Amino acid sequence: MADLLTNAAAEQAQIGPGGLFMATLRRDLMLSLRRKSELVNPLIFFLMVITLFPLGVSPEPGFLAQLAPGALWVAALLATLLSMDGLFRTDFDDGSLEQLLLSPQPLFIVVLAKVLAHWMLSGLALTLVAPVIAVMLFLPAEGMPGLMLSLLIGTPTLSLVGAIGAALTVGLKRGGVLISLLVLPLYIPVLIFGTSAVQAAVTGLPLGGYLALLGALLALGLALAPLAIGAALRISVSG
Amino acid sequence: MSGPMLKVENLFCERDDRVLFEGLGFSVDAGEIVQIEGANGSGKTTLLRILSGLSRNYEGEIYWRGEPIDDVRDQFCRELLYFGHQPGVKALLTPEENLRWYCALHPSLDASRVSEALEQVGLRGFEDVPCHSLSAGQHRRVSLSRLYLSDAPLWILDEPFTAIDKRGVAAKEALIGRHIARGGSVILTTHQDLQGSSAVRSINLDQQGGT
Repeated sequence: MADLLTNAAAEQAQIGPGGLFMATLRRDLMLSLRRKSELVNPLIFFLMVITLFPLGVSPEPGFLAQLAPGALWVAALLATLLSMDGLFRTDFDDGSLEQLLLSPQPLFIVVLAKVLAHWMLSGLALTLVAPVIAVMLFLPAEGMPGLMLSLLIGTPTLSLVGAIGAALTVGLKRGGVLISLLVLPLYIPVLIFGTSAVQAAVTGLPLGGYLALLGALLALGLALAPLAIGAALRISVSG
Repeated sequence: MSGPMLKVENLFCERDDRVLFEGLGFSVDAGEIVQIEGANGSGKTTLLRILSGLSRNYEGEIYWRGEPIDDVRDQFCRELLYFGHQPGVKALLTPEENLRWYCALHPSLDASRVSEALEQVGLRGFEDVPCHSLSAGQHRRVSLSRLYLSDAPLWILDEPFTAIDKRGVAAKEALIGRHIARGGSVILTTHQDLQGSSAVRSINLDQQGGT
């Protein structure tokens, strides 16, 4: 028993930024997993758009294959955008956000953990189902690595940038439309380089350059977005 | 460490073209309870949010241990426990999971005493029940159990006794008494009269407001 207590005390002493990151990540994942309907929302949206696309346009394989890179990326982008609004909403409503802002721990860490948790259940999940759904649009097999890689590097940027919009609008009753307006212009570079990467992969061109650009955007987002999100949250809560 | 812990000078706050308080000044010493009084809408919560640093919509000076509060924000956050209008309890998590996260968030909370604290607030047996199936009072008790874990010197409590039963209120008052005896300070709002504590000082916001 005495051992147990000292262990607990040692553990307590070690809760630093790293511990907070893991604790927040685990908490947010746990929260999402207990709310299954919201969890599958982005995936269902993604699937629906891609299923309806051939019905609305043309079921001809050659034509669809040509549209596939753009359609897949646009659907993934919108699916991410739709899920963005809820990122800080529940925390704001139940007062957890106030507690979070009053923590002496760096806000950067908590925000990064929350965005990572969000991405794992939206962007990462989309990336994993994308190849299966891409087959429905007759995307050639050569395009698959490009699709997976570009989504893997591109969607975290979408989550980071979207979180800035979510943080700015969390204090408003209906922030959904405003987020889209704020964030969509910033999504466009990611969309352009993402689709280009898939197209390059389909035509057999090297896609290193596009992925490098997506990587650069991600690096920029990782370094700057958490600061912007933190500042935006402070403004929203202060208002 | 003489001098007041928290000192407020010439505080002015306006909301929707209505002056909530003007030229408000007071100080909070160690071992003191300050009760903010006032009618509904007189700005009690706003004042507590300003003092805790959540709201920046004010003019005036706030000093923490003699330093302007913006210069010592980190130190201040480390020594503050804020209990807000919303309890900050996640309905989908169990009381224990809620508290564990708070312990990671705030170094002044002692994670090894979580189950003890839950027992103190009368939530023994509810550790594994998601908070959405608890009652409103139990919900707030989850958040209030942070008081048992905390060794922060300054507590800012916004309506801590709402939806808490009589025995719970008595226990919380005793807890506040112990905190004061240890040299801590409490700023709180409540519509109930605090009993048994002699060191309560009241600040009435009703006389502060203009038009």
